[in-house]
Amino acid sequence: MIDPNQVQHINIKIFVENPVAIDLADAIPVFHNWIKNSVCDEMLVDVADYRHVPAGPGVLLIGHQANYSLDHREGRLGLLYNRKDALPGTFRDRLNQAFGAALRATELLEDEPPFRGKLKFNRALTEVFVNDRLLAPNTDETWQALKPEIQEYFPGCVVERLGEPRDLFRVSATTR
Amino acid sequence: MKASNPFWKPHLADRVPSQMAAELEVFENEIALKKQGKIEDRVFAETRLRRGAYGQRYDNGQRSDGQTTKKLLFPSEETKGPNTLWDAPGMQRIKIPFGGLDAPQLEMLADLCEEYSDGIAHITTRQDVQLHFIHIDDTPSIMRRLASVGITTREACGNAVRNVTACPIAGVCREQVFDVTPYAKAIAYFMLGHPDAQAFGRKFKISFSGCKDNACALARLHDFGAIAATREINGRIRRGFELWVGGGLGPVPQQARLFDEFVPEEEILPIGQAIARVFARLGEKKNRNTARIKFLVTKLGIAEFKRLVMEERQILPYDPAWTAFLKSVPTDAELPLKPPSLLQIDAAWPANSDKANFDRWRATNVYSQRQAGYATVTIALPLGDITATQLRAVADASRKYIKETVRSTVEQNLVLRWVSEADLPALFEDLKKGDLAAATAGTVMDVVSCPGTDTCKLGIASSRGLASELRTRLTAQNHTMDEAIRGLRIKISGCFNSCGQHHVSDLGFYGVSRNKNGYTVPHFQVVLGGEWTHNAGAYGLAIGAVPSKRIPETVERITGRYLAQRSVGESFQAFVKRIGKAECKAMLDDLMQVPSHDLDPSFYTDWGDAREFTIGDLGVGECAGEVITPIDFALVACEREVFEAQLSLDSGQFEKAAAMAYESMLHGAQALLKFKFFFAPEDADKIVAEFRAQFYDTELFFDPFVRGKFAQDFFNAHDDGGRAASPESAHQLIEQAQLFIEACYSCYARMSATPSKVMA
Ligand code: SF4
Repeated sequence: MIDPNQVQHINIKIFVENPVAIDLADAIPVFHNWIKNSVCDEMLVDVADYRHVPAGPGVLLIGHQANYSLDHREGRLGLLYNRKDALPGTFRDRLNQAFGAALRATELLEDEPPFRGKLKFNRALTEVFVNDRLLAPNTDETWQALKPEIQEYFPGCVVERLGEPRDLFRVSATTR
Repeated sequence: MKASNPFWKPHLADRVPSQMAAELEVFENEIALKKQGKIEDRVFAETRLRRGAYGQRYDNGQRSDGQTTKKLLFPSEETKGPNTLWDAPGMQRIKIPFGGLDAPQLEMLADLCEEYSDGIAHITTRQDVQLHFIHIDDTPSIMRRLASVGITTREACGNAVRNVTACPIAGVCREQVFDVTPYAKAIAYFMLGHPDAQAFGRKFKISFSGCKDNACALARLHDFGAIAATREINGRIRRGFELWVGGGLGPVPQQARLFDEFVPEEEILPIGQAIARVFARLGEKKNRNTARIKFLVTKLGIAEFKRLVMEERQILPYDPAWTAFLKSVPTDAELPLKPPSLLQIDAAWPANSDKANFDRWRATNVYSQRQAGYATVTIALPLGDITATQLRAVADASRKYIKETVRSTVEQNLVLRWVSEADLPALFEDLKKGDLAAATAGTVMDVVSCPGTDTCKLGIASSRGLASELRTRLTAQNHTMDEAIRGLRIKISGCFNSCGQHHVSDLGFYGVSRNKNGYTVPHFQVVLGGEWTHNAGAYGLAIGAVPSKRIPETVERITGRYLAQRSVGESFQAFVKRIGKAECKAMLDDLMQVPSHDLDPSFYTDWGDAREFTIGDLGVGECAGEVITPIDFALVACEREVFEAQLSLDSGQFEKAAAMAYESMLHGAQALLKFKFFFAPEDADKIVAEFRAQFYDTELFFDPFVRGKFAQDFFNAHDDGGRAASPESAHQLIEQAQLFIEACYSCYARMSATPSKVMA
């Protein structure tokens, strides 16, 4: 029996609307500056460049409590917020934290000089992952337990379960 | 860091082999003791290294932002090694003996890289897998999950026998003398945790090659390189190995020396054990720079080294494991999933498919096996990196086309063995869907690189940044590239430690720095003409240092010159030798210049890094960890036993607690005996008698204040058979055991200060 309030490590991905308009290399100096200026709530450590990996993790900003990345998995570019550290509170609190952090990062990125006017995120589509197969395997049981919470958090959105059983538990929330 | 960490142990209880489960429990308890401050930093560092948990760049808590070096404010100030912060991300190395992987293992690696790392599994130049940005607190869960699919990380780092490598096409190779896989596997598990392989001053690397002329296992750059050979003895063809010892790269590269032209198969394990003993006994321990076996072989000379090894071999107590594996060698071979078939392009080719790309891919990535109708397919991974999704795609393909017979390679790729040839087009299409069908295997585009400054504490320049840049540029020329250039190899290391194996490459590079115009500028030393074939037959020549940003131009110029001026059939090595080092250098002279910062600031940053270059982030290497003697480990183990005794007492098992406390004392006494005499008895009565004679009667163990009290407690516990009548007396025994272990430490410290060690 999955208790939503025991679920941790919530990830959020918000997709880029016009991926061809940007050069992922520009994310490298931007993320270095974020470290230098402590732009995020998390303690930031380093930048990892995986542009050479097709449909890979792109460019990552490695933090202690969370990673941010311009992630290219499945060939779909987006801002991925990967919460690594556990958080107190309820599932909703954690979802709210992750979504808030991701949303803020998209706004910051859109405003960074190399991306300004070019990078635009589609906030009508969000993917929610749980990056822990033990706490939340991609099963019907997890879906039953978490769907109401996610639906309530994204009112008016169509919430759908994605992926195959080996994948992380993942849902999309799309504005109707 | 993961909230699920406490739950993996019960969840996997019936899937982790008991031996591995016990080892992991030990490691978890060591972590707990470290957190309580009961294990010294240097001892814990070697402990985690021996579990493959390695440090990573910036783990000293400092990082340059290009202008200044700032403190990284990790939540905890605790450490996991000298000057290594607990919370700082680290690397987990995962040993894959001979590179062999099956589908559940690939899927497990996929899950782990997604959940604990940065979504990438990295194949190393020694067929290992590495995960980066790992929190030390997550490592027991990672190890447990790996153990559930039969993988251990034990001795993946540290002063130990590292991953045993072998040709990735062993068993299917057309040139092989015989399949070396069973031998590589046997020695890997024989040496794992072997008592004779625990007291090295440095790491020890083993490789097995199926033939002499090809490159696959690079035997001659190993501490122990075995090349398959046969010999007719008494009218029978016998299997054995041409054995090379004392090779290595690093700052002082050395080719291995021929130890014996033919070591019979039944002798390869005992000879390995005897070499380990000689290395442990006579190898350098204090100065890690001269502690690899190559220095011992040089110092003694190969003849004397061999004499000592053979002498040791004579006195080795017989071990049935030396030959037990030989019985299954004939039946151990891998099997195909499908019957053999011939590729009939028109019939096998799916509709609307991509024939031209298939042909290109087939030319570079497909190897016809010695078994007619079968092929081995290479999946060329960019810089050895593979995503979780791709790992699952490889697992799927390995179930669909073959019997999960996958191997990693020292060129940082994966191979699928035993593909029935008619399946090649369909497999190509499947791999293409996962971005796994790059037609670059074994070509100049398949650039090999160590982690360099991306994650390595010792990295000077960005080897991966450069590798990525070269790969992109060379791939863009793929369709027009001359075959002579296509067949060259490029290997890059971030520093002179040579993890990228740049010495045995046509074009090799290793990171250095130069001070120019008041700035530090990233450079790469250019190494030309190394020989990849003949099991790393020759090392290349260092030509000079070129700024990082000019290496792509350097590659273009050198390959252009080779193309224009080579004589018919002349290899790159022969060309470099013919034109000579001076001419090679002259060719690059202008490229060695650095423009001023004002003119071109890009020279003062590294590839894939926006920060102004610095070497201020260089850390202290953990490549081999500290030299920790077996007694250090043994005494830590004793402390852990006392700790576990306390846990048992807390859970109401006082009798078990007392027995464990007594055992810890016994092991402490045994550790001191081993330290003093190299060997110690296993029997409790004998340990006590020896300890009494050597440490009590001589007063060597005596504390200045309480004299022989701690030893007396030990003797009493022994007389009582390690039993306690009540929880209170168990509690008392635990306290006595703790003090006895402390006294062992003090005694060890006194003995170390006044060298009285007698080697048996
Ligand atoms: S060669 Fe140097 S930079 Fe590369 S992994 Fe080895 S020690 Fe690190």
